[in-house]
Amino acid sequence: MQTLARQRYHRLTPLLLVLGLLALITGVATIIAPPPATANTEASAQDVEAGQKLFAANCASCHGLDARGQAGVAPSLHGVGAASVDFQVGTGRMPMQASGPQAMAKAPQFGEKEIAQLAAYVASLGAGPSIPTAEQVDGSLGDATNGMLLYRNNCAMCHGSVGGGGALTEGKFAPGLWETTPTHIYEAMLTGPQSMPVFNEANITPEGKRDIIAYLEAQRGGSPGGLGLGAIGPVSEGLWAWLIGIGLIVGITVWVGARSS
Amino acid sequence: MSTLSNQPPSHEVPEAFQDPGVPTEHRPRRADVDERAAKRAERQVAALFGMSALGTVIALVSYFALDIGDGNDIQAIQRINMGIGIGVALAMFGIGLGAIHWAKTLMRDHEMVEDRHELRSSDETREAALQDLRDGAKDSGIGVGRRGLLKGSLITALAVAPLSLLVPQLGGLGGDWNLDKWRRTMWAPGVRLARDPDGTPIRAADVTIGSVFHVIPEGLIDLEHPLEAKAKAVVILIRLDPKDLKIVPGREDWSFDGIVAYSKICTHVGCPVALYEQQTHHLLCPCHQSTFDVSDGCKVVFGPAKRPLPQLPIAVDDEGYIVSQRDFEEPIGSSYWERLK
Repeated sequence: MQTLARQRYHRLTPLLLVLGLLALITGVATIIAPPPATANTEASAQDVEAGQKLFAANCASCHGLDARGQAGVAPSLHGVGAASVDFQVGTGRMPMQASGPQAMAKAPQFGEKEIAQLAAYVASLGAGPSIPTAEQVDGSLGDATNGMLLYRNNCAMCHGSVGGGGALTEGKFAPGLWETTPTHIYEAMLTGPQSMPVFNEANITPEGKRDIIAYLEAQRGGSPGGLGLGAIGPVSEGLWAWLIGIGLIVGITVWVGARSS
Repeated sequence: MSTLSNQPPSHEVPEAFQDPGVPTEHRPRRADVDERAAKRAERQVAALFGMSALGTVIALVSYFALDIGDGNDIQAIQRINMGIGIGVALAMFGIGLGAIHWAKTLMRDHEMVEDRHELRSSDETREAALQDLRDGAKDSGIGVGRRGLLKGSLITALAVAPLSLLVPQLGGLGGDWNLDKWRRTMWAPGVRLARDPDGTPIRAADVTIGSVFHVIPEGLIDLEHPLEAKAKAVVILIRLDPKDLKIVPGREDWSFDGIVAYSKICTHVGCPVALYEQQTHHLLCPCHQSTFDVSDGCKVVFGPAKRPLPQLPIAVDDEGYIVSQRDFEEPIGSSYWERLK
C-alpha cells in the first residue's frame, strides 16, 4: 500500500503532467492548423464578401461599418489599398489592442487567407496600392549599393544606418527592420503607415525599393566587429562605455591601490 | 586679523604631522608568513602569465587558422575578429594583472617614509640668485637707459619672430572672405527640384499626400564641387492635405496645392532635419531634437532651434515639374548668419 501511494504521488508527477498536456496541445494545434495559403493575387467576389464579414466583426467598431473612419479615432480606409491592409494586419498592428503612442507589431491575429480577404474587401472600396509581387520584393535581384544610397537619403534618419530603428517624439519610434519581411518593407514604403511618410513609386521606383530591401538584407548577417549593441547609435554605445568601460577602470584602479592581505 | 599682521611671518614648520597616514606598525602579508600562501600566490601569478601566453596563441590561431571564406561572409569575419580581440585582450590583461599581483603579494614589502625637505632655499642661495640677476641687468644695461639700439632691435626681433608661424596659419584660413556666399544657395528662379541622390526632376503629380521627397537642385550633381553646393541647398519637399496646412501670411503663393519645400539645414547648428512624422506633421532634427511644425510654417515647437526653417518658394512649370521661384529669402542654417542680415 505504501509503495503504491509513493508511486502515485511521485514528486515529478505534476511536472510530467504539465509537459504531457503541453505536448498534447502543441500536437493538436499542429494538426488542425491550416496549411499555408497559396498566394492568390486575384481577389474573387467571394473573398470580398468574406472580407466584408471579417471587417464588420473585427474592424468596424473603430473604422465604421462603411470603413469611412471616425474623426479622432480611426482613419477612413477608402483608397488605402490592399498593401496597407496586408502590412497593418500582417504585422499584427491591426486590429489594435490598446491605444498608445503608436500601434505595436505583434503576432498577427488572422491567417494569410483572412488577411487576403480583408485586403480584397478594402481594395474594393477604392483604388489604392496593391500587394507587391514576389519578384518585386526579391532582394537577391536588387542592387544593395544603390539601395544604400536611397536608404541613406530617405530612411536612415529614422530607422538608423543599418536598420536598427530609433526614437521619434512622445513615445513614438521607428521600428528596427531586422525581422521585417521584404513584402512588409515594400508595403510600408508604399503606404506610409502611422508616422512614416509615403514613398510612392514615383518617389522611389519599384527597382529602388527592391534595392533598399537588398541593402537591408545585406545588413542582417550581423556586425563584423563584435557586439552590435542594437545598432541604435550613441545611446547604447555610450551606456556601455560609461557603465561597463569606466566601471572596469575604476574597479582595476581600486584593486591596484589596495594592500594585499 | 590685526594680531596676524603685527607678527613677523613665521617660517617654522611643525616637526611632523600628527597623522601623516603612515601605518603605525608593519603588518606582514599572508604570503610573508605562510609558505603555502606564498606558493599559492606564485601559482596565481604564473597562471595569469600563462593566460597571457594562451591569449596570444588564441589570437594567432584566429588570424591564421580560421577560415575567412570569400571575404563576404560577415559571420566568418565576426568569428575571426572576435577570436583576435579576445586573444589580444587576454594576452595584454594577463601580463598586466600578473605583474601587479606579483608586486603586491611576493615582492619585498617594506614601508618607506620619505620626509619632505623644506621648500625655502637657504639665505645664501637666495642672495646669490638675486645677485646674479642684478649683475645680469647691470651688464645688459636694461633699466639704466644705455644701449637703446640693442634694446630696440631685440624687442623688434621678438615681436616679429612669431609671424613666421602665424602668417601661414592665418593664410590657411582661406583667402576667400566673401561672406555673401553664405547667404546665397544654388536655388534661382526656375531651377527644378530634383531627387537626392539621382538628380531626376520631380513632377507635382508625383508628390502624393503624405509623401516626403529629399531634394537637391537640378544640375547639382554635374557641378565640380557638388557637396559644397549641396550642403547649403538641400530641401525637404512634403505634401500635406491642403486643409491641414496653415499658410504663413505673405507666403500665399509659396506652396502648391499642399506641397511645401523647406531647407533641410537645422537653424540650430546645421544638422539635416529629416525625421518627418506624417500624422503630426512634425519635422525632427536628429542631433538635438529641435522639432518644427510643417503645417504651420515650420515654426519651432520644441528644442534648441531659435527660428523656423527657411521656406523655399516653389511653383510648377509648363511641363508639370516643381521649380523654385527664387532663392531662400534668408540665410539658411545656424542662427548666427541671421545677424549678418
